[in-house]
Amino acid sequence: MYTILEKRALSKQMTKMTLNAPLVAKKALAGQFVILRVNETGERAPFTIADYNRAAGTIDVIYQTVGKTTMLLDTLRAGDALLDLAGPLGRPAELDGYRKAVVIGGGAGCAIAYPSAKALHEKGAEVTVIAGFRSKDIIMLEEEMRAVSDRLTIMTDDGSNGCRGFVTDALRELLDGGGAGYDLAIAIGPIPMMKAVCQVTAPFGLRTVVSLNPIMVDGTGMCGGCRVTVGDQVKFACVDGPDFDGHQVDFDELQNRNRAYQEHERDACRLFGQGI
Amino acid sequence: MPNLSPTKEPMPTQDPKARTQNFGEVALGYTPAQARQEAQRCLQCKNRPCMAGCPVRVDIPGFVARIAAGEDSRAFEVLYASNTLPAVCGRVCPQEIQCERRCVRGIQGEPVAIGRLERYAADALRAAPSPAPEEPAGGHAAARAKIAVVGAGPAGLTCAGDLARLGYAVTVFEAFHRPGGVLTYGIPAFRLPKDVVAYEIDKLRGLGVEIRTNVIVGKTLTAEELLADHAAVFLGTGAGLPNFMGIPGESLSGVFSANEYLTRVNLMRAYDEAYDTPVIRSRRVAVVGGGNVAMDAARCALRLGAENVSVVYRRSEAEMPARQEEIRHAREEGVSFVMLAAPVRVLGDERQWVRGLECVRMALGEPGQDGRRSVGEVPASNFVLEADTVIVAIGNRPNTLVEEGTAGLERDRRNCLIVDEQTLRASRDGVYAGGDIVTGAATVIQAMGAGKRAAASIDAYIRGK
Repeated sequence: MYTILEKRALSKQMTKMTLNAPLVAKKALAGQFVILRVNETGERAPFTIADYNRAAGTIDVIYQTVGKTTMLLDTLRAGDALLDLAGPLGRPAELDGYRKAVVIGGGAGCAIAYPSAKALHEKGAEVTVIAGFRSKDIIMLEEEMRAVSDRLTIMTDDGSNGCRGFVTDALRELLDGGGAGYDLAIAIGPIPMMKAVCQVTAPFGLRTVVSLNPIMVDGTGMCGGCRVTVGDQVKFACVDGPDFDGHQVDFDELQNRNRAYQEHERDACRLFGQGI
Repeated sequence: MPNLSPTKEPMPTQDPKARTQNFGEVALGYTPAQARQEAQRCLQCKNRPCMAGCPVRVDIPGFVARIAAGEDSRAFEVLYASNTLPAVCGRVCPQEIQCERRCVRGIQGEPVAIGRLERYAADALRAAPSPAPEEPAGGHAAARAKIAVVGAGPAGLTCAGDLARLGYAVTVFEAFHRPGGVLTYGIPAFRLPKDVVAYEIDKLRGLGVEIRTNVIVGKTLTAEELLADHAAVFLGTGAGLPNFMGIPGESLSGVFSANEYLTRVNLMRAYDEAYDTPVIRSRRVAVVGGGNVAMDAARCALRLGAENVSVVYRRSEAEMPARQEEIRHAREEGVSFVMLAAPVRVLGDERQWVRGLECVRMALGEPGQDGRRSVGEVPASNFVLEADTVIVAIGNRPNTLVEEGTAGLERDRRNCLIVDEQTLRASRDGVYAGGDIVTGAATVIQAMGAGKRAAASIDAYIRGK
């Protein structure tokens, strides 16, 4: 039974669930994901493993209620159980051997960026975290991110927390024209943000890893729905990723492919809202 | 006195017009009277040529004779002794190149409809289940050992069933949330109803087989870990990695692998409004490929409301690997066939959606070394097939996920696992493998045959320990 042990609101929009999943917890590493199904008629939906506790046999997932599946998931409470949960899937983030890293998270992407920041910190790297949110009231994981970083900058689009601007503004300042000795950047968030970060880091030749979120069904390499163009190759994000060299990723193609079911999703959410 | 009719008792089918509007089964199955009539065409040959054509060596004359005598439950017992998935095989086996091809009645006229009779015997039991469920046979003393089977597809399920019958404690590990492999995610309900698959899998559970879903071996557990607490491991993870064409435009929205399209429809039931998984409702569909999977995808697209569905194949119809019956059914339903055409480019519109498939005409040449006629492009013969969806059904390769974290499993250049041809033993002690993971994409029954052989080898290996 994939029981929900704890459900906690992280902000107005984001929720964290701690799930009983001993086999997944035993193998999970930063950067990996699970596929879950809420109920019999539900989709197989991928969620990044935001944290894990091997001893307790639990994993955390963090979600924003944006689509039918997350709306459905959000109807569950602690004590309820998911119908299916499989993982850990994907390749773990490669975080060994770096001295100075900047981890950039955008909105919900901070949930995925946080475990990488934590892992880098535990491996002894100097870690800067730049997190971006639309406004102050949806900032989340601030204490967690602060605990695993040497420097934390939180930007808001509307300046409501006192730091107005995009994560790229803070990043440009940080790299300070010379790269400031950073040997790794990790960018996780909306596709336009990851693309913009890669444009900032490219002139410095700073290795920039992005975590991609394409549409997928099985998560084991079987459907090919998650194919992304990386350099001159087609990769499957589920088995070859989800992390890729951001300077090689065709973000426009990914953005476009992710829109394939947009209308369907809108209808599904509308019907769900009406209780159908 | 045998029935001397030169032709098979015809199979009742759903009307082609009606069936494109639903996912109900196309072939409806024999009535008891039709089954008896057909079974009486069997000559009960002493040398049983049909059996030599069956990869799992079903006692064909044996079960057919029981049907002819009106003893349906006895027929099932004979059948089930060598085949734990008879309702599946009766529907999806290519009998025309196996058992039925060797049938003596086929020399003058049509062979006995062995496949239809197999289906009949299995369906008759499902309709009126026998009261006593089959108990594990117990077997010899060594056969209490634990065996792990990886992959709940045709190979794994067959291997598991045979080992359970010998008394082994068998656990099947399945990556998906539902067992069955290609029987569940690949073959559509109109060819193989999902309750039929579920019923036969439940019967395996009745034999003592434990099935654990949502376990991805290579990720959740490794084969190495399974070896540590099982006496042997059978790998039957199939060939799940879809091939793409490698032509420009293949990443446009609206281009799907047949795996994705079929998984959405079959496993995730996207055709049913009650299920959340979406599938694109297309108007004009081009399916690339000439196998059974291409036929399945094309026929699903029709049922999802497409106005026009074309199968695009680079050779001619005579070379198509799909079963003739599937091609015939597809054509009856209105699928068009664009033969001797090879895609060169997928064309997109301003939204980066598919708007067409550019192809080049092909011409057949002389037969090559493998007996297949070669094909070559006809210069300057490009044409555009209008389409809003392109489904790529040009085969699959084995997935290497299963060996992550496990050393010493050798693969060949096509990524197929290398095994001993006789015993199906892999390059690691205690590891056996069969089905598409070894052969590359092949048929359900070939995988079942491999599962059966591996079960026998595993039994011999454990007895010899």
